Amino acid sequence: MTTATLGSPSRASSVEARRRPRDWRKVLDWVAVHSLGLALGLMFALPILFVFLTAVMSDSQAFTKDLWPREWHWGNFLEVFDKAPLLKYLGNSLLYSLSATVGMLLSSIPAAYALAKMKWRGRNTVFLLVVGAMMLPPQVVAVPLYDTWSSLGLTGTLWPLIAPYFLFDAFSIFLLRQFILTIPQSYVDAARVDGCTEFQALVRIVVPMARPGIAATALFCFLYTWNDYFGPLLYTSEKPDQWTLSLALSSFKGMHHVQWNLAMAVTLLIMVPAVVLFVFAQRSFVKGITFTGVKG
Amino acid sequence: MTATLERVDVVRTTPAKGWSRSRARHRLTVLAFMAPAILGFALFFGYPLIATIGFSFTKYDLINPPEWVGLENYAYMFSDKLFRTAVYNTLWFVVVLTIARVVFALGVASVIARLKTGVGLVRTLCYLPSLAPPVAATLVFFLVMRPNEGPLDAFLGWFGIESPLWFADPVWAKPGIAAVMLWVSGDLMIIVLAAILDVPQEQYEAAELDGAGPVRRWWHVTLPTISPVLMFGVVNSIILALQLFTQAVVAGSAASGSADVTGSTKVLGFPENSTLTFPVWLYTQGFRYFDMGYAAAMATVLFVISFAATAVLVQRMRKATHQEEGGSGA
Repeated sequence: MTTATLGSPSRASSVEARRRPRDWRKVLDWVAVHSLGLALGLMFALPILFVFLTAVMSDSQAFTKDLWPREWHWGNFLEVFDKAPLLKYLGNSLLYSLSATVGMLLSSIPAAYALAKMKWRGRNTVFLLVVGAMMLPPQVVAVPLYDTWSSLGLTGTLWPLIAPYFLFDAFSIFLLRQFILTIPQSYVDAARVDGCTEFQALVRIVVPMARPGIAATALFCFLYTWNDYFGPLLYTSEKPDQWTLSLALSSFKGMHHVQWNLAMAVTLLIMVPAVVLFVFAQRSFVKGITFTGVKG
Repeated sequence: MTATLERVDVVRTTPAKGWSRSRARHRLTVLAFMAPAILGFALFFGYPLIATIGFSFTKYDLINPPEWVGLENYAYMFSDKLFRTAVYNTLWFVVVLTIARVVFALGVASVIARLKTGVGLVRTLCYLPSLAPPVAATLVFFLVMRPNEGPLDAFLGWFGIESPLWFADPVWAKPGIAAVMLWVSGDLMIIVLAAILDVPQEQYEAAELDGAGPVRRWWHVTLPTISPVLMFGVVNSIILALQLFTQAVVAGSAASGSADVTGSTKVLGFPENSTLTFPVWLYTQGFRYFDMGYAAAMATVLFVISFAATAVLVQRMRKATHQEEGGSGA
């Protein structure tokens, strides 16, 4: 801004002289950028629109090239529940996602607080181990873990998927730590001076202040487990009554010999929680996402 | 993930002597807060990592006790043709996805950053697909790219382009999966967009006064400022590509028309092993053929490679910490 006021008169007049072509160029620029933006938005939205239009077609029309349904078969969204025990799968998905999220909150909030607001030897090393665990492909540790759960007789249940969240979830600890770091240290110190124990400082000061961050972390944890495919495939593929929605969806069309319309109706239904959560907590999502990449 | 290891200045409540009790209490509190995490890390990462390396020197089928075979599993990799195919496929995804995701996210974010109206709507539309379950996202594209019947074929038909069989064509199956991965890369776009919007406005004004047009401003101001975030995008994409499993399994079995994705009749790698990624082959060996020793050897290889990628990131975080400590200390 200060440099702008130093502009010499000659420069100002040259800007004046070029104003008209410049305005014209600005309009063109506006049109170009906004049509690109519109095209991008369409590109992302169109696949979902096609899925929706196919989902409400009749069985025979879903087999054709048609893009627009001749009749709107809203009943397809109910019919899928007769084709497969979707409510059972929904229950399994909810059990997995909700218990994992609760377990994650119990185990990760204290750990994130200790990593962000307490001083102790080895803290940086532990944090690096958390980052390392976060980056590790789940397939690397699958063999011994499967071996252990199998010897405990727990394969074919959801326990091997849920139990770890009650102890350790690297991504959630990482994200929560990043959020808690942004809480000014003076608040925590003031609580300590007032005689709060660390536990009281965590519960009374940090948790209320980190509520948006905790919400974002819980959302990501819920969606990650809801979307998980490798875990349920590994542990429950032989036990159909333990399948989650994600796992069931992958074989829905082939197993139940249905047309595209019903397969796409299920595909839409499985995306509903994500959309609903996003609509109600858009700011938490965006904040959480940017925190994983930039802040800290 | 360009996070820095910040120094936390705690009020000194522990002067040298006489306070050892409060010091012990401080340590106990840390231990109590960290105990579940330490136990969980040991059980679900520490032990299985060591055990994976141990199993990789054995022949093990889950039923009979492991039998020591030395380096046999590693030696077998060199004669296993499908191992080579899997390595090739995963490398393909590492190269293509890393470049495509970063360039795409940068392009989309640059456009959104310049929008004056409808920013929220476009941003939401770009981000929403990334929340879709990978199974669902893959099936969405399977519908859109259906040979002969799908909307994409109709669209290309307007321009007289004859479409390939997409997911049923060994040449086009991988690009099809890459398209799915770009559709769900909205999270990276949001990160890049936030970085672009964080670029100080004065820098643009200064560049404009120096006579730089929008393109040169983008190249000389935006790009260098957000380069740490792009670096994050590169590492993040490499790790994502190394793990690529779900999309490959779902695309392959949907295209093969196999009835049961979860059962033993499952067709993996269809068509012609073009979607057989490294994790898919590892999974097949370990949990379909129950050759746990060989799967563990492949897991060890995967660990070494992803460890190298992670080490690069951690090194950068360390550097950032030093700069922060040495710098203005803001």
